[in-house]
Amino acid sequence: MPVLSYREAIRAALREELARDENVVVMGEEVAQFNGAYKVTEGLLKEFGPRRVVDTPISEAGFIGVGIGASMLGIRPVMELMFWSFSYVAFDQIVNNAGNIRYMSGGLINCPIVIRGPANGGTNVGATHSHTPEAILASHPGIKVVCPATPYDAKGLMKAAIRDNDPVYVMENTILYNDKGEVPDEDYIVPLGSADVKRVGADLTIVAHGRAVLTSLKAAEILEKEHGVSVEVVDLRSIRPLDEATVLASVRKTHRVLLVEENKPFCGVDAQLAYLIQAKAFDDLDAPIGRVSSIDAPQIYCKPLEDIQIPNPARVVEGALKVLA
Amino acid sequence: MAKPNALTHPESLKRPPGPSAYAKDPANARLSKADKIRLYTQMARIRHFEQRCIRTYQQGKIGGFLHLYVGQEAIAVGTLSVLGKDDHLITGYRDHGHALMVGMDMNSCMAELQGKATGCSKGKGGSMHYFAPDKNYWGGHGIVGGQAPLGAGIAYALKHKGLKGCCLTYMGDGAVNQGAVHEAYNLAALWDIPVIFVIENNGYSMGTSQERSTAHPGSLAQRAEGYGMDWDLVNGHDLYEVRAKTAAAVRRAHEKSRPTVLEIFTYRYFGHSMSDPDKTYRDKEEIKDYRENKDPIKLWEKALLEEGVLDAAKVAAINEAAMDEAEKAAAFADASPYPEPSAITQDIYWEEDNRGPKTTSRGTIIFGD
Ligand SMILES: Cc1ncc(C[n+]2csc(CCOP(=O)(O)OP(=O)(O)O)c2C)c(N)n1
Ligand SMILES: [Mg+2]
Repeated sequence: MPVLSYREAIRAALREELARDENVVVMGEEVAQFNGAYKVTEGLLKEFGPRRVVDTPISEAGFIGVGIGASMLGIRPVMELMFWSFSYVAFDQIVNNAGNIRYMSGGLINCPIVIRGPANGGTNVGATHSHTPEAILASHPGIKVVCPATPYDAKGLMKAAIRDNDPVYVMENTILYNDKGEVPDEDYIVPLGSADVKRVGADLTIVAHGRAVLTSLKAAEILEKEHGVSVEVVDLRSIRPLDEATVLASVRKTHRVLLVEENKPFCGVDAQLAYLIQAKAFDDLDAPIGRVSSIDAPQIYCKPLEDIQIPNPARVVEGALKVLA
Repeated sequence: MAKPNALTHPESLKRPPGPSAYAKDPANARLSKADKIRLYTQMARIRHFEQRCIRTYQQGKIGGFLHLYVGQEAIAVGTLSVLGKDDHLITGYRDHGHALMVGMDMNSCMAELQGKATGCSKGKGGSMHYFAPDKNYWGGHGIVGGQAPLGAGIAYALKHKGLKGCCLTYMGDGAVNQGAVHEAYNLAALWDIPVIFVIENNGYSMGTSQERSTAHPGSLAQRAEGYGMDWDLVNGHDLYEVRAKTAAAVRRAHEKSRPTVLEIFTYRYFGHSMSDPDKTYRDKEEIKDYRENKDPIKLWEKALLEEGVLDAAKVAAINEAAMDEAEKAAAFADASPYPEPSAITQDIYWEEDNRGPKTTSRGTIIFGD
């Protein structure tokens, strides 16, 4: 199977969908002539021309609003945000317009838009550029949110998102763009709302999404080698819709859970998961649910401290041992 | 009482208008007698619908906000009457006039106000959120100025699809200060988007007069110059003028794919919404002057009487029919059921409402306790 980087996998998804459906339009700051701020869209302008791959001014509320309006008429815009942090200046468009219009029209209007871009800390760029808004956005019915952790999932989720008839917000990660993995050439999708067991284990379930999955996998290695603990790692892949069944099945098998995310703890994705697990699998739990998230402060600039602020393998191991104690 | 704020409408509007200088404009010269009567009928329908809404509101049957279009009818009727089949529209929350003009029926509009299942949005949108995509009407938007980029996007899609259409994107005089509006202006001009921004300038944004809200050397539309866009000022009490100037903007959109900003001067007779006591920011005399001397329906009626298109009997018959239609719509709304509680979680996601082997979504998407 071909090995692609996370970046190339997303690009492959965009290229295949641009070729498959005339209505797909890629739009965003620097996506065309500059070949993408992170080179995700490299070569797409050359291949598809300026009608399909469109540079925008720095005007997130404006161009995302334009994309939403166009999507109501059947265009399938794939909008790149240079950072999801910049979505905040377009919040009204992203939430009120894209997220509510189907409901408020009694189902008459759809909004098949995709908004994608990196949403992560860990890059030493300070608080304004390090937001992880998956929980904020997923808390709005009408919106879908996915967070791929691997090249395979990035391509499959992106293709599913583009074909989906609802607004889907894809949160990537700048730290993962160079990660390599096997990605099939043939057409495939990863359905939204399907989690993936990335590592099978017996003693503890770790549930994570995005880069926290990779952190958790590293922690699982350490736990196995140094503590003789067998850890199962469930990658949510999709926040909303949420694959409850896969999470609960793993909990029922291992009876112990640690939730790991790069979000801040208050009202994070894992707050919802913890509620869900205690509500639906209380009797299966042998210990209180554990949690490791980013330390609750605006993202710190100082790199050595930021590396502590975000969950790292050592913190995950520590959290796991508490749940196992 | 506070000192009333002077309206910044042009001088010409402060005098009672004479006969329209635009009656012979090609956009109007082609109107048949029947067309002219239809325009009158549409304005009358809007007015009687709104007036019937007041009663329903006072009966306590309409919750939330109710923004009336009374006084502004010539804008929706004039602008929309020049559109063709590939032309679209989107507006803010003062959206009833546009809805009736594009052919949404009074029954479903009235039922929506009461949150009934037979409402145009199944009771899920309310007064501010009417939609009829089958009639190229994309709402009905509650956030001031938020619809401006959407309107540009609709027009962008028309151009992308190679259609010769445009999108009329309406907003108020208060909306022009929203960032989203300026972003939409810039994109429209930059990308040659066939959108027409229509500022319905009724002089006030809620209780704030234009001079207290907006830094401007001349008109609101003149800001278009900063974006290299064409603009024009329109007397919104004169249906002929509204049609003529809208038609010119539509031609520009169709033929050159260029945007326009039209500022149409108008006046609202009632408070900002039904919850506005309308006592602090304008003078009763001002309202009276507009009602008596510049009412767009009265002026159109006068023009058609003078042209011999209408007579008193016909006028009475049209108004009676409109009143009757509104009355029946109110009765329809009263008699309609509320949606079932299960409706609360429907129409959120297309994929969920259509879940099947072909849809790609799995997992839980609506969460419970
Ligand atoms: C973003 C936002 N801010 C405030 C409001 C509350 N609000 C609704 S309408 C309105 C006045 C707008 O006036 P204008 O744009 O002139 O339109 P008009 O009501 O006169 O038609 C205000 C302040 C809102 N709906 N949205
Ligand atoms: Mg106003």
